[in-house]
Amino acid sequence: MGMDSDLFCEGLVRRFGSNAAVDHISLDVPAGTFFSILGPSGCGKTTLLRLLAGFDKPDQGDIHIRGQRMNDVPPNRRPVNMVFQHLALFPTMTVGDNIAYGLKRRKMPLAERRKRIARVLEQVGLPDLEHRNPQALSGGQRQRVALARCLVLEPTLLLLDEPLGALDLKLREQMKVELKHLQKQFGTTFVYITHDQSEAMVMSDQVAVMRDGRFDQVAPPEELYREPATPFVAGFVGDNNRLSGELVSVQDHLADIRLDDGVKVQGRVASNNLKPGHRAELYIRPESLVLSGDALSTGYSSIQAKVRATLFDGANSRVEAENCGQPVYARLPQDGSAPRLSVDSSIRLAWNPDLARVFGAESL
Amino acid sequence: MRSPVSRLSLWLLLTPFLLWIVLLVLLPHLQMLRVSFQVRESWDTLAWGIEQYQNFFTESYYWRTFVRTGVMSLFTTFLTLIIAFPIAWYIARLARGRSKGFLFLACLIPFWASELVRTYGWMILLRESGLFSSWLQALGWADGPVEMLYNDVAVIIGLVYNGLLFMVVPLVTTLDGMDENLVEAGYDLGGSHSTVLREIVVPWAMPGIVSGCIVVFMLTLGSYLTPVLMGGKDSAWFTEQIFTQFITRFNWEQGAALGVLLLVLSSVIVWLGLKISGQSLRKVMG
Repeated sequence: MGMDSDLFCEGLVRRFGSNAAVDHISLDVPAGTFFSILGPSGCGKTTLLRLLAGFDKPDQGDIHIRGQRMNDVPPNRRPVNMVFQHLALFPTMTVGDNIAYGLKRRKMPLAERRKRIARVLEQVGLPDLEHRNPQALSGGQRQRVALARCLVLEPTLLLLDEPLGALDLKLREQMKVELKHLQKQFGTTFVYITHDQSEAMVMSDQVAVMRDGRFDQVAPPEELYREPATPFVAGFVGDNNRLSGELVSVQDHLADIRLDDGVKVQGRVASNNLKPGHRAELYIRPESLVLSGDALSTGYSSIQAKVRATLFDGANSRVEAENCGQPVYARLPQDGSAPRLSVDSSIRLAWNPDLARVFGAESL
Repeated sequence: MRSPVSRLSLWLLLTPFLLWIVLLVLLPHLQMLRVSFQVRESWDTLAWGIEQYQNFFTESYYWRTFVRTGVMSLFTTFLTLIIAFPIAWYIARLARGRSKGFLFLACLIPFWASELVRTYGWMILLRESGLFSSWLQALGWADGPVEMLYNDVAVIIGLVYNGLLFMVVPLVTTLDGMDENLVEAGYDLGGSHSTVLREIVVPWAMPGIVSGCIVVFMLTLGSYLTPVLMGGKDSAWFTEQIFTQFITRFNWEQGAALGVLLLVLSSVIVWLGLKISGQSLRKVMG
């Protein structure tokens, strides 16, 4: 850990005019980690990646790769390779030449080069495509060539700039899993940036959620999902319902909130800026909401809502309801136990307060 | 099936083009081809023969001039490419917004004046009593007036200047379409400036390079004013010989033969250039 990690950054800042695209970011990625940076577009994640690759220089802060300071090292001398968003395969070269490009720069003899190219193509599952043109390949195949082109150089760090964005949904799902396996197989440290939370969650060992040039939270995917540190993370990672109201009191780890229609509900305290009398927001996942008749488990909080629609989506089917003018989503169990809900009927949605998280409303 | 109306409009649209090609390009060339194979036996009798073509190969002055013209044109084309590439790179990749349009315009503006005016412009700069000569004297680098006109260097300067735009435009067009990430990927995978240029940028720009080279080469080879005005009496440009045959010597048959040879040989050189660079005419002009 620390300075000897594969990637260690401290206090990175990159400003464009008065706007800091990367604002005091520190990160520490141990060897062999699949590290994702997740954030909405415009949050500065691409700028951060370009700093790591060396295409841009930080205004402040240091980048260390395996203990070596990289700030003044040009991109062609960094032990870092990048898979570009649109892959940037060289269209004037065959697949084999694309992969050979980096090896040639290292003055590797032809025979050794041939062997390595054949091996890496085998590893990414594209044997015998060496002499094809990249344009003649399918989207998924091109993706693999781009990976092979970098991995054949055995970089310390592989940077990936939303490379799955251009693929269609089915292929993307498949590539997610495959990318994860490839990372394990090669053991290379991956730094992957994406705005798609599902990509980040499925593949990563660690995810950093980025907003306005800063990291809101850095945690393993499950922790991110179960224990979001900020309202932004709670809203951005996975589906979430937000109920806002006024904080009544805080007892132990539970906060009491009076919603706008006067109903009192409870949730776990998740931030330290909660003051009675101030606005607060309660986040509860759709799958944590239970449709209850009158039989309510003790200690559960509940709200009354009006059904707007049921959205069937297999295992992810939900009911859309309305509470105080806000939409609320609840998972519908698909084991046949879900009641048939008619539009405009009233339902009661309950939850275990331990599964809800309460944040103080952000002062903007 | 196409309706008669749309077929009619197609023909109407094609007519000016067809008239142009047939009347101004095809017919004169066919006529010239015919004349070039006629041998004048006496003042009013003509016979078919290849005497004019034999003259070209037996009279060393003809083919030497041709070789000289060809070599100098190739050199001019190469020089134009070397000068135009950085200009095109700057316009296409580095300049943004208004400055991009402005720079492009700056390349174009000289071509609002005719070749004659541009050539005289250069002559004002280069002649014995010209600007450069007087500057050199004022700076004390030359004792007397320096004549910079009427040599091969002056001819090449003029020709490069005339060809520059025709090289810049296709280069800007191809370089404009290049993904910035390709260059970055080139560096990222360990390439130096020269490798990125050689392995990535030039192969990408090849269609533009070749089409620019073809246009500049043909323009240079067929140019008349610049070599005559800037090269003086001894410039020995092949087009001058054709002019001499037609106008001074009134030997249309020989002039026609030289004209046909110029067309054939320049086409052969362009074809060779395409073969060597591995490009096809369709791709280049596409």
